[in-house]
Amino acid sequence: MYNGGKILFGILIFLALVTFPFYNDIGKANVRPEPKINTPEIQKLSEKQCVESQAFMKANHMTLLNEWRDSAVRGGNRTYVASDGKKYTISLQNTCLRCHSNKKEFCDTCHSYAGVNPYCWDCHIAPKGAKK
Amino acid sequence: MGALFSFVVVILLILVAYVGVAAAGLQSIFGIVIPYVAVLTFIVGVVYRVIKWGRSPVPFPIATTGGQQKSLPWIKQAKLDNPSSTTGVIGRMVLEVLLFRSLFRNTKSELRDGKLGYGSAKWLWVAAIAFHWSFWIVLLRHIRLFATPVPSFVNVLENLDGFLQIGVPRLFLTGVILLLAVTYLLLRRFYVPQVRYISLASDYFPLFLIMAIASTGILMRYFFRVDIVGVKELTMGLVSFNPVIPAGVGTIFYIHVFLVSTLFIYFPFSKLMHMGGVFLSPTRNLANNSRMVRHANPWNYPVKVHTYDEYEEEFREKMINAGIPIESTVLPEEFEEEFKEKVEDAGTPVREEE
Ligand code: HEC
Ligand code: HEC
Ligand code: HEC
Repeated sequence: MYNGGKILFGILIFLALVTFPFYNDIGKANVRPEPKINTPEIQKLSEKQCVESQAFMKANHMTLLNEWRDSAVRGGNRTYVASDGKKYTISLQNTCLRCHSNKKEFCDTCHSYAGVNPYCWDCHIAPKGAKK
Repeated sequence: MGALFSFVVVILLILVAYVGVAAAGLQSIFGIVIPYVAVLTFIVGVVYRVIKWGRSPVPFPIATTGGQQKSLPWIKQAKLDNPSSTTGVIGRMVLEVLLFRSLFRNTKSELRDGKLGYGSAKWLWVAAIAFHWSFWIVLLRHIRLFATPVPSFVNVLENLDGFLQIGVPRLFLTGVILLLAVTYLLLRRFYVPQVRYISLASDYFPLFLIMAIASTGILMRYFFRVDIVGVKELTMGLVSFNPVIPAGVGTIFYIHVFLVSTLFIYFPFSKLMHMGGVFLSPTRNLANNSRMVRHANPWNYPVKVHTYDEYEEEFREKMINAGIPIESTVLPEEFEEEFKEKVEDAGTPVREEE
């Protein structure tokens, strides 16, 4: 090979970069975060149900929050009628986080796992004891 | 023709993944087997191609000389465009790889009133740089799915990328820029007649494929959302070699992954190898020092030569007899007497013995 040293060095850098996820994670246990729903407010519920179905909430809670925000701040409508007919007051702090008052063990476990940090808490107040 | 063919192939790929996952339930094929095959093909293929290039000789120093070469001390050298040292070459390569400097000098030729004119054409450069950089950032952002804990630079990238705070989930600018730029690069091939004329299926296919990848990614993030925690469970399973298929991840995710796998498999066999090739371009990575350093052609084999001196040695007698001037100033002793006169006639000075 011509200029073998330089080319092999380049190949090594390439390999180090592309295989990073593999050597970084090999052997690590693959644990899915388990958001805790054992808050006092949820214990009181007869039927442990979120605003919408669990599957929907898992994938779509942020779009729901977006809808809520637009509906409250732009439309002035502060009542949300869920698909099962139940009514909820639209509020991030007083609805979502009243039930999920354990922001740290709930919202944040998922978010740090998935590498998202919602900027909502720049303005909205997180429940006490759950400073971000 | 090439465009239509490539488009149909990409649509078929999407359908294959859709049918395979939604109808046949082959999640483990599309989510585990194919991605592994793809990554392996990609790594082995790229290394193989680069080594193969490394083994081909560069017979001549063919650095493109885009400016004044190193010359007399009072003539200013264009150090980056005509580098004569390794530092210069590194500078040139860095600018080439990160900023596409030579594409920046792209020109357009045009016939105006029957006269050929050249003008600067920056649109291609703008689209290319937007495309490559956003693709790179999009790729880096995906590290959040491949590392636990997520490295902090990924969070920084996300915050920068989503700084406009449009919507929830936040709109990432690079995704949009990537799609726009690749669309421009495609339309250019449709609408510029010269480019259209030289475009082949191998030009259109990667464009359509990348377009489809970006579109499915955007659809998945903003429209048909999937459970990202489930997705990360799958991707982490792949990289930690404990593959799992979590329940409830939407089909669009498998379509996206199948398209990305196709890109990875296609990569080493295609023009996309310019990723590695740019580093191995002799026109960029050689210093223009051919007047200072001898560039040995590796093809050169030891040539059997017969120098003029040897030739003259062999035929001196005959040459002198025939009156042909000879170079050698020292006559062999035995000829000294006999030929002195003839040599002088022939005009070749004979050195006097001291
Ligand atoms: C009435 C109480 C209540 C309210 C209000 C509520 N949740 Fe829930 N939430 C729950 C319960 C209970 C579960 C568990 C559901 C299950 O296991 O089926 C849950 C589950 C979830 C999940 C899925 C977690 C997982 O992976 O299992 C998310 C995400 C979520 N909630 C977000 C929200 C958001 C965002 C809001 C505000 C829009 C909200 N919740 C409002 C009670 C509530
Ligand atoms: C710049 C500060 C700011 C940021 C950042 C912010 N909000 Fe708000 N939000 C407000 C204000 C102000 C209101 C209006 C409160 C009212 O009228 O009751 C509001 C209202 C809302 C409401 C409806 C009313 C309520 O009490 O909850 C929702 C839902 C909401 N925001 C969600 C979000 C989400 C989700 C995010 C993060 C993606 C976010 N907000 C980020 C300032 C902010
Ligand atoms: C099941 C895990 C899970 C739980 C529980 C959860 N989230 Fe999320 N959330 C996610 C994931 C994953 C994303 C990133 C989605 C993406 O990037 O497409 C996200 C994104 C968001 C975003 C958008 C962030 C952005 O900047 O784009 C907001 C806002 C949000 N979550 C609010 C909440 C709130 C409030 C709670 C608690 C009531 C909560 N989430 C609980 C997994 C979860």
